[in-house]
Amino acid sequence: MSLSEGMKHQFYLNVNQEERSVVISPSDILLSVLREQLGLTGSKPGCYNGDCGACTIDINGTPIKSCLMLAIEAIDKNITTIEGLKDTPIQKSFVEHFAFQCGYCTPGFIMNCNALIQKHPNASDEVIEEWLESNICRCTGYKEIEEAVKSVLHSNK
Amino acid sequence: METIGKSIIRKEALDKVTGTAKYTSDHLSLPMLHAKMVISPYAHANITHIDLSEAWKIPGVRAILAGEKFPLTGEEIRDRPPIAYDKVRYCGEVVAVIVADSPAIAKRASSLIKVNYEPLPVVNSPNQAYENNAPVVHENIDSYERIKNVYPEVNTNIANRTKIRKGDMELGWQRTEIVVEADFSFSPSDHAAMETRCVIAEIREDETVVITSSSQSPFMIKKLLHVYFHIDIGKIVVNVPLVGGAYGGKASVQLELIAYLASKAVHGRKVKILNSREEDLITSPVHIGLDATIKLGCSRDGVLQAAEILYLFDGGAYSDKAVDISRAGAVDCTGPYRINNIQCDALCMYTNHPYAAPFRGFGHSEVMFVFERTMDMLAKKLKMDPIELRLINAIKPGDTTPTQLAVNKSNVGNVSECILKLKKIMNWDEGSIKQVSNTKVRSKGICCTWKNSTIDPDASSGVTLTFNPDGSINIISGVVEIGTGTKSVLAQMLAEKLKMDVRQIYVQMEVNTKSTPDHWKTVSSRGSFMAGRALLNAADDIIRQLKDLTACILRCSKVDLEVGLGKVYLKDTPDIFLNIKDICYGYMYPNGNAIGGQIIGRGTYIQRRVTYLDPETGAGNPGPEWTVAAQGIELEFDLLDYTYNVIRAATVVDVGKVLNEKTALGQIIGGMSMGISFAGRETFQFDQAGRILNPQLRTYRPLRYGEHPKYEVEFVETPVIDGPYGARSAGEHGLIGMPAALANSLSAAAEVDLNQLPLIPELIWKTKEGAVDDSL
Repeated sequence: MSLSEGMKHQFYLNVNQEERSVVISPSDILLSVLREQLGLTGSKPGCYNGDCGACTIDINGTPIKSCLMLAIEAIDKNITTIEGLKDTPIQKSFVEHFAFQCGYCTPGFIMNCNALIQKHPNASDEVIEEWLESNICRCTGYKEIEEAVKSVLHSNK
Repeated sequence: METIGKSIIRKEALDKVTGTAKYTSDHLSLPMLHAKMVISPYAHANITHIDLSEAWKIPGVRAILAGEKFPLTGEEIRDRPPIAYDKVRYCGEVVAVIVADSPAIAKRASSLIKVNYEPLPVVNSPNQAYENNAPVVHENIDSYERIKNVYPEVNTNIANRTKIRKGDMELGWQRTEIVVEADFSFSPSDHAAMETRCVIAEIREDETVVITSSSQSPFMIKKLLHVYFHIDIGKIVVNVPLVGGAYGGKASVQLELIAYLASKAVHGRKVKILNSREEDLITSPVHIGLDATIKLGCSRDGVLQAAEILYLFDGGAYSDKAVDISRAGAVDCTGPYRINNIQCDALCMYTNHPYAAPFRGFGHSEVMFVFERTMDMLAKKLKMDPIELRLINAIKPGDTTPTQLAVNKSNVGNVSECILKLKKIMNWDEGSIKQVSNTKVRSKGICCTWKNSTIDPDASSGVTLTFNPDGSINIISGVVEIGTGTKSVLAQMLAEKLKMDVRQIYVQMEVNTKSTPDHWKTVSSRGSFMAGRALLNAADDIIRQLKDLTACILRCSKVDLEVGLGKVYLKDTPDIFLNIKDICYGYMYPNGNAIGGQIIGRGTYIQRRVTYLDPETGAGNPGPEWTVAAQGIELEFDLLDYTYNVIRAATVVDVGKVLNEKTALGQIIGGMSMGISFAGRETFQFDQAGRILNPQLRTYRPLRYGEHPKYEVEFVETPVIDGPYGARSAGEHGLIGMPAALANSLSAAAEVDLNQLPLIPELIWKTKEGAVDDSL
């Protein structure tokens, strides 16, 4: 959500390896621009203050909560949203391990897990926990998510 | 069985891991207006003045709804103005709604509305509401319209009373040799689904009202819009796409009414309203709280003789579904035991708290916490093993339930088998408590649970099946995909029934009340049961049509035919057959003549012989069957600072028949997780004025990754004879016993009776040391 209707300017954002034109004001948050201007609704709003992680995306390899980032901060950065992931091991693993139910937290979890797998292919339990505790899943008991991420991490070994 | 029981991948799996799954808020269209609510900071106050002048000055504001008297709403008692009028009755109640060109404008304008309040005395708990001189939340209960079988008590805060009168209490107490009495209490909490509620409403030129909502109850929205606003029911269309978590919270109809009124205020233009997290937690209905008093007696041999129970449910400011929740709490007011003498009063109390929606378990985790905690207190007094006490009393065929229904092998699962299996999983014979270091003990706690449904006696479900030209089939059902995977399970049932590949079955995930057959509500773990029965009827309808057509073409009797593997074939000569794909859109003879046409299957199911409860005794048949379970928790408790870690959580549940193993495990484990979270940490913190201090996910903090225990689940399969493939309900049952099991385990570890929730170290400290927190 944009909290002001201030002056808007045209910028380019690099989203999922495409240059996309957006018209934004400085106060627009990245989540809203992705959803409302670019139609990338895979990133979900859940709290708009960083508590839930449903809006997690990838900026230059780091998972970021897109409700806590201004769109203008993302200029000149590589933005990857869930729509930018195709046939990745973690997506396949989520399906096979039934690591989602309602699916609303799933894009955020997958983006976080995917970045974790890239950055820490041999992540310990502690590291996994430190990364994944930033997202809330209300349907599963986290067991299936744990199995899904570990099965990808361990297959890397 | 070819398909039933297997962990078939869910039909919407790919959509959900690629971001293409669409939820209500993902439907973007321009131009659309946006609504924003103004909510009350007070729990109980008169509204003396509302000043809209500054808000109107913001360009882009299209309508403001405030201070207007709209029809009263409420599912059983019509006591709730959709937007507060003259008075607010809970912190978070909607006082005004702004409709504007963008969310930003709406929000800015909402901050400029000035509301003057005159605070009133607050009713801050059900116990307080029950006191003789308590302030009355609703002065004129009697004037409210209500449905049949609701019994508000004038000049009190009692919205409804359900009475259970079974057996002879005098005789029960005479036979009692050991008795325990205890009080329990916990405040309301919340569902906290990750998707906050969202509604889009528009009224078209021909007066058709189109609602898109994140709801479990599309057909109830349609019905209630008709009842409240006298809209022709055929002119109401409700769309529900995928829903991002519900747990009962999206069964209530609230935000849809506000969205409708907002659209009406702008001449029917499309208006979207998306709850902020804070609104979703406290403005929309919450998880019910409870105060309870219980007296339970048994003879020296451990046989339960009498139970006297008072449940005061915290229905909050408006009764809506809380009446029904309190009724459900009466129906299963004890654990799953043979008890011949029961007196229970389950009251739905008005308080100045947010009002209650259904919550996974529908009153059962709440009453099981009370009853099963009391069972452990009784076992302790008896000096009997808590498992032994439960085994002695476990309900069996021939016994009767609290509503005096006779138990048979089908309608109630096998409690004893669940207990015995749990005993093994928990390694109970190794002891239930063990000192593991100077400061830590390991402790186990268990409980038993049961749950029937108490949905409307005439609740029904319908399914339509349509063929594609290649012989594949589309399933159209009114069940909402809220995360439970029910619609994929329906596909499995159909694959089993028609002996076909489940990949040849497509499922319409979205519900549209105009083209989708009615399903009462996606609640009460009844999706697979009711829609499953409807689906099997629809499959029979297809089979009949296929056989009729084939009998004509193959010149044989239809009783000689069989359907399966994509063919209709002669039973005794299977190489004489027709491919379904060649006849499902009609059959054409070589000369061009055609017969048949697209085959469309239809099936319905309506609950059988369910009754209202007798107003004096509660006698009656509440629903089709009881799922039973035994559950346990093992934890490590720190004797110095009263912190603890839940190490493992176990459930043995009699699901009748496992339809999809991983889906069933997911439901049970997900329920357990939510139950541990509710019991261990979740509550709204109310100050003395009834204001909520923690309406955010950083202060209202559900379980997170890494805080989860090891889960162990085993199934018992005692079929319910009239269930689809014998399956019982399972969606809620993982949750129900977790509060009691956690409390029993912690009470044993801390050597003190912990009869309140949530079970945070501070509560243990207060209970153990008699400490008082006077910070509020």
